[in-house]
Amino acid sequence: MSTVAALIKRNVKLFFKDKGMFFTALVTPGILLVLYSTFLGNVYKDTYMAALPQGFILPEKIIDGLVGGQLVSSILAVSCVTVAFCSNFLMVQDKVSGVIKDLTMSPVKPYQLSLAYYVANLVSTLIICLGALCLGLGYLAIVGWYLSVADVFLLLIDVIVLVLFGTALSSLVNFFLNTQGQLSAVGTVISAGYGFICGAYMPISTFSEGLQKVLSFLPGTYGTSLVRSHCVRGALEELVENGVHTEIVEAIKASLDLSVDFFGQTVEIPVMYIILLVSIFLFLGGFVLANVAKHKKR
Amino acid sequence: MQAIVEISHLTKCFGDLRAVDDLSFKVNKGELFAFLGVNGAGKSTTINIMCGQIGKDSGTVVIDGADFDNAAERIKRQMGVVFQNSVLDSALTVYDNLVCRAALYGIFGEKCKKRIDVLAKMLNFGHLYSRTVGKLSGGERRRVDIARALIHQPKILVLDEPTTGLDPQTRRLLWNVITDLRQSENMTVFLTTHYMEEAAEADYVVIIDSGKVAAEGTPIQLKNAYTGDFITLYGVSEQQVRGLGLAYEVTAGGFRLAVENTRAATELIVRYPHLFCDYEIVKGKMDDVFLAVTGKKLIGGEQK
Repeated sequence: MSTVAALIKRNVKLFFKDKGMFFTALVTPGILLVLYSTFLGNVYKDTYMAALPQGFILPEKIIDGLVGGQLVSSILAVSCVTVAFCSNFLMVQDKVSGVIKDLTMSPVKPYQLSLAYYVANLVSTLIICLGALCLGLGYLAIVGWYLSVADVFLLLIDVIVLVLFGTALSSLVNFFLNTQGQLSAVGTVISAGYGFICGAYMPISTFSEGLQKVLSFLPGTYGTSLVRSHCVRGALEELVENGVHTEIVEAIKASLDLSVDFFGQTVEIPVMYIILLVSIFLFLGGFVLANVAKHKKR
Repeated sequence: MQAIVEISHLTKCFGDLRAVDDLSFKVNKGELFAFLGVNGAGKSTTINIMCGQIGKDSGTVVIDGADFDNAAERIKRQMGVVFQNSVLDSALTVYDNLVCRAALYGIFGEKCKKRIDVLAKMLNFGHLYSRTVGKLSGGERRRVDIARALIHQPKILVLDEPTTGLDPQTRRLLWNVITDLRQSENMTVFLTTHYMEEAAEADYVVIIDSGKVAAEGTPIQLKNAYTGDFITLYGVSEQQVRGLGLAYEVTAGGFRLAVENTRAATELIVRYPHLFCDYEIVKGKMDDVFLAVTGKKLIGGEQK
């Protein structure tokens, strides 16, 4: 067992020992799902029904599956990042309690400390977000299941990539925080704002053109688009099979941000994965560099 | 004696404040070294620099023959620190805390278990393995703190006010352990304390004030330099004491006279042998030394 493994074990144990933090992180996706389905579900459903030609009869379950996919994708896209911030409290708590002094006065290297914080946060966030994925799939099974095995597999990949992204981002941001107050403030801002800027709460296609261009620079936008693509693919295919015109289906796809334009160029799904992976690499690199710089300053 | 810690011309500023100002001193191998000063004198800053927690502006820190600037990792392996406040994880058990901290020094598995068992026996906390640190009493927690500092068998043990707030029994236990360690492993102990009776037991004392060395020496040297002697005389009348022409105070059953030094006390006894049938001579205390050197008094961490 290496030093890093021992530190990861310590960090994960401390996360799960803090029952308040653990349960808050765990129930947040569930609460979001209830709120979404209660307040937004019917709005989305009515919008889709209105888009269909008058007199066109479509099994309600397909629309429910489509709306469900949209809701679940929003929850997953938001949770993977907000839960990462919520779980990544230990790095700041160690500074506040002075434990970091005990760790840094040992011969442990700064990169080992950073890695341990990151991996522990990744494990904790992944456990919760995979739980949220199961919850979301369960919800879709009830309201309307149109996912293939490949969709589920891709959703799993999406969640893992988004969790990697969320934990890398939260590690870099939280590195600069020194008090519980700062941590709470950042957590609040992320929880309230991230859903909007990543297109989870409201599709980016509904925003002004200028804002759409700005948001196309943010990697989170592509994360949401990826999850949504895999959540609603089956339901959209079912629409076509039930005779809905392809123009209408394409319009629905556009309204759901399934294809994101970057200055007129459509960003394909493989490119979205590349954008997210590069972002993860950059955020992690920044986090490690910040640690090394701080150590050298000493 | 061989120096294990050599601090030369150490300076550290925080903005306009010179927390440590051209500080130089040495600590010899195996000695109990007391580092005294009021709050804000620069003790913690010096210790933090020695432990690599903060950088210095200038000067050198050489520990066990290695310069901190180019051998920080090696030096960190030689030092164990007991901080003023416990820095263990309150939510984890005593055993988990020690296993985690041992791993920081590359101590794993059976070797780790054996080391923890040795420390548990030494510090009497074997029955607390499964208890979370947050639920320990102050004394129990302090014993575990010391075990954590000793987990990697350091050559230098830094104790930053280790006994503040502890009951006398736990204080005695801790000092017994520290004395045993010094005898059995020739461990150097670097102590900061507000208890002058603990400082009086040190081999060497450095008193700092405003980041500078205000006085240094063995306790006896400091007492000789900064305080006089005191004679307590029994079985005589106040009139006889008054006849000596010295300042005195009435104590329980006797009179306490202040004299310049032991030589003056001896001369007094020789001149008035009929009065000195029942008496005792004591040196001034470290509190008196501290007060004389800094003009400030240390009482349980408060500056007076």
